Amino acid sequence: MTATNVSLPPAPVGAFTRAAFEAHLASLPPLPEWWLARKRAAFERFAALPLPVRTDESWRFSNVAGLTLDGFAPPAPARAVPFASIGLSKAARLIFANGRLFSREILAPDLGRRGVVVDTLQNALREHGDLVREHLLAQPARLGSGKFSALHEAFLVDGAFIHVPRGVEVELPIGIFSFALGDRAAVFPHTLVVADEGARVTVIDYFGSQDDTERQLAVGANDLYAGHGARITYVGKQDWSHQALALQSNSTVVRRDASVQSLNLHLGARQARHESHSQLQAPGANSEMLSLTVARDDQEFDQRTLQIHQAPNTRSDLLYKNALLQRARTIFSGLIVVDPDAQKTDAYQSNRNLMLSDEAEANSLPGLEIQANDVRCTHGATTSRIDPEQEFYLQARGIPKRAADELLTFGFFEEVLNRLSQDDLHAALRTLIQTKFAGDKAAR
Amino acid sequence: MSSLVIQDLHVSIGDKPIVKGLSLTVNSGEVHAIMGPNGTGKSTLAKVIAGHPDYTVTGGDVLLDGRSVLAQEADERARAGLFLAFQYPSEIPGVSIANFLRAAVQARLPEGEEIDATAYYKRLYAKMDLLKIDRKFTSRSVNEGFSGGEKKRCEILQMAMLEPKMAVMDETDSGLDIDALRIVSEGVNALRGPGLGVLMITHYQRLLTYIVPDFVHVMYDGRIVKSGDKSLALELESRGYDWVKQELAALPA
Ligand SMILES: Nc1ncnc2c1ncn2[C@@H]1O[C@H](COP(=O)(O)OP(=O)(O)OP(=O)(O)O)[C@@H](O)[C@H]1O
Ligand SMILES: [Mg+2]
Repeated sequence: MTATNVSLPPAPVGAFTRAAFEAHLASLPPLPEWWLARKRAAFERFAALPLPVRTDESWRFSNVAGLTLDGFAPPAPARAVPFASIGLSKAARLIFANGRLFSREILAPDLGRRGVVVDTLQNALREHGDLVREHLLAQPARLGSGKFSALHEAFLVDGAFIHVPRGVEVELPIGIFSFALGDRAAVFPHTLVVADEGARVTVIDYFGSQDDTERQLAVGANDLYAGHGARITYVGKQDWSHQALALQSNSTVVRRDASVQSLNLHLGARQARHESHSQLQAPGANSEMLSLTVARDDQEFDQRTLQIHQAPNTRSDLLYKNALLQRARTIFSGLIVVDPDAQKTDAYQSNRNLMLSDEAEANSLPGLEIQANDVRCTHGATTSRIDPEQEFYLQARGIPKRAADELLTFGFFEEVLNRLSQDDLHAALRTLIQTKFAGDKAAR
Repeated sequence: MSSLVIQDLHVSIGDKPIVKGLSLTVNSGEVHAIMGPNGTGKSTLAKVIAGHPDYTVTGGDVLLDGRSVLAQEADERARAGLFLAFQYPSEIPGVSIANFLRAAVQARLPEGEEIDATAYYKRLYAKMDLLKIDRKFTSRSVNEGFSGGEKKRCEILQMAMLEPKMAVMDETDSGLDIDALRIVSEGVNALRGPGLGVLMITHYQRLLTYIVPDFVHVMYDGRIVKSGDKSLALELESRGYDWVKQELAALPA
């Protein structure tokens, strides 16, 4: 036997080389020292970390071969965006195209007077530096995407910053639109929401492309911080190009008596990983984590979640529903963690998959890690098919099989949509899903 | 003029024959009642007519207006004018009555034509009022959490909205309280007319005092073994099925 001195190959960085990073920094306006330092550190982390491999527990069942970073380029600024209103009135609207601000509209005239900030991260770094520093990417990536979080932080150009001061309620939703335009475009969208004591706000984050054939990379993140008694409703609609690789990570921090409700609608991308991480930090904190996925063709949706209860009397409730068509794949891996002193925790986790095709594949890995003894926790996963008796009932009323299955799928999703307390939001999302199915039909 | 013709129909579930050579003709304008002991195949007959995929037709035919429906899917048959009021209507979570019926009405429109929502709701509310169904039901999930009687009323609401040529009603009276029975019967009677034929499966003579049938048939062991007018139902009510069975047994094989 001979011992050879094997030097590990450098970790792959794809198009995101050191030179590309320096060029990226040079393209930015002057940054605060702390942020520049963090970006540099993030780049080093990114460059040092390997890409996930099949044997990584946190990437179990994922198509790790699809995680290539090669061939992407910093996209050109966009001249037009495929913005389409879904008919919801908004308090403010920020549109980003290829990572840069395209337009900013404050539609509710009293927002500024009430101290609500809806601005770019670039502006916020200058004008609200302390808040950004405290909350931007403040939580470590714990769900496996360390390399991609680092890439996001290093190459982040701009994003949305929303701050709602103490006691202010923003009645209408704030819309953030992020578009990736052009083949080979790489984007790093970010949305940071800080709701101070007793504040209330609804944020809708849209992600989209113009053309379903464009190969793109989207590595996004959002940070939601709900201060004492605050309420945040967050809706994410992921509708990237069907040739995109998309990785999105969410960090939700919930303080005393605060409550966050998030609903992510997953429609686009070739391969989409979504990591969602809720921390219930103080008594009375509540996080409701909802998700709906329409997985079709060869799409893969990979969802990893963490509900961490760090204080007594906290609650988290997760309901993820996937409808799978054709050869689509989904992965759900969820973990509830209850710290030793988080007594009287209520934690629920449920993943439900509706298989509309024999070739589709749903993987489910629910999990619990409970160190307190007085808790109420349930977790479970189910996989079902269209119930033939329900299908027959609809067909017996003249509804063709395909339309019947569609109705049953909407019915399956309705349980999640019903959790939204805002009726118009519910209606708008329902329309979005129906349009997606209609598009599916048109494509055939 | 429409007709539903069942010709020497044989039906099996798996290898088990259930309907064993049943013939019956229903013309529009007529109401036929089928009575018979539990387990004789009445619901099987109803579901086979509607096109349930679990049953195998091993012989005979079912014709609507002279054309065999057996090769058609359930939805095609329904659009051609057949309706089944289910003995046990399915619960469909998350699908509201309004959306469900809207899809059913939409399915009957020519390709590319959109339903007129205002007219649809107007008609829906009118039918609901007639059947004394609270308008709030439109936003409830189909049959989910409905009481037995509410389910049956909802079946008749669907029938009223879809205006079939031939309706098979499977024990629509069971589970109804006395008032509901009257309301549902009035609803059916309002639909009665030269454009509608009805095949009504029931165990109770009471229904037939509200919806007076033109013909009454006794089904036993997968066949119709006796037919008559409404007086046959009265006779069954007072004497049970044993005498029918005895009559049958007395017949030479
Ligand atoms: N899906 C099925 N699988 C197996 N057997 C079945 C199935 N459906 C019906 N059967 C059997 O077929 C026979 C006829 O059933 P059916 O429901 O048609 O009777 P019915 O006359 O409607 O009875 P009831 O008056 O109780 O409603 C019964 O023996 C029943 O158990
Ligand atoms: Mg029956």
